[in-house]
Amino acid sequence: MSTRPSLPVRLLKGFGMFWWDFLVGDTPELFVSTIVIIAVTAALGKAWHANVAATVILPVLVLGSLLVTVRRSLPKKK
Amino acid sequence: MIAASLSSGVVVLVSAVFLASAVEMVEALTIVFAVGHTRGWRSAFEGVAVALVALTALVAAFGPALIHIPLNWLRLIVGGVLLVFGLQWLRKAVLRASGLKAKHDEDAIYQETVAELQGLDGSVNRDKIAFTMAFKGVFLEGLEVVITVLTLGTSAHRLTLAAVTAAIAVVLVGIVGVIVSKQLSTVPENLMKTTVGILLVAYGTFWVGEGLSIKWPGNDGFLAALVGIYALGTWLMVQGTTSAAKAVAA
Repeated sequence: MSTRPSLPVRLLKGFGMFWWDFLVGDTPELFVSTIVIIAVTAALGKAWHANVAATVILPVLVLGSLLVTVRRSLPKKK
Repeated sequence: MIAASLSSGVVVLVSAVFLASAVEMVEALTIVFAVGHTRGWRSAFEGVAVALVALTALVAAFGPALIHIPLNWLRLIVGGVLLVFGLQWLRKAVLRASGLKAKHDEDAIYQETVAELQGLDGSVNRDKIAFTMAFKGVFLEGLEVVITVLTLGTSAHRLTLAAVTAAIAVVLVGIVGVIVSKQLSTVPENLMKTTVGILLVAYGTFWVGEGLSIKWPGNDGFLAALVGIYALGTWLMVQGTTSAAKAVAA
């Protein structure tokens, strides 16, 4: 008896795997930080109507998350 | 003023789509050349053709569906995807520019693919292996082009412009590849990837803001400012990372 999943299941699994690799892959911190960036900007822009602050905070947070992920890749000092 | 902001939005869109499509085409072409030279062109071309049909079917299935998503949600989701995708590109570009990651070497990838194919059984599954390799190479790289075109094109209401730009990039790289008849190892890929990363992150930031109903100063014209901010930030990060890497090594 074959235990191989059916074609639709395999296609669905492949589709899910592609998006996982595409969005998360080996840098889950970038996926998480993007969600945090959106949440923080939404809170600033919607809750307090702080439009000007949001326009400044959004690029700053994006650069900050890039800095964090690059720093994580630096070799550790022995 | 309106013309200036309109043109800066279009320039960023066209540049991002063109460069991203060209980079993906170079990568796909490298795999197809390795398969064609090693296992024969017929199976390689069959793999390419089926991958193109599959990509067309995907676009036909999911492309029109995007139009039915409310615009602010579409821009927020697209912006988020572009931010993640662009930041991944920029991270790799910064690490490569500062010497912490090996540069994407098409010659090495070509040789690795050839060695992998030569090591496989050449008598029984010959066509199947060549077909699968060519299909996977074109489908996966092509899928990234499709996502870039659909996300950028739909959210900017310039899907036709994005699709035509991508087609021109793919055809141009294809023609150059066929003329030189080898993988395009001389293309300054890291510079192109850095530029694409900056453009994708700038667009991602812009659309996330639009999706959250932020009013950008100067509307579309602010895209150019975002590109400048991220280009400067990336340059500073490359300088800092290079110094940090040297300090650790010392």
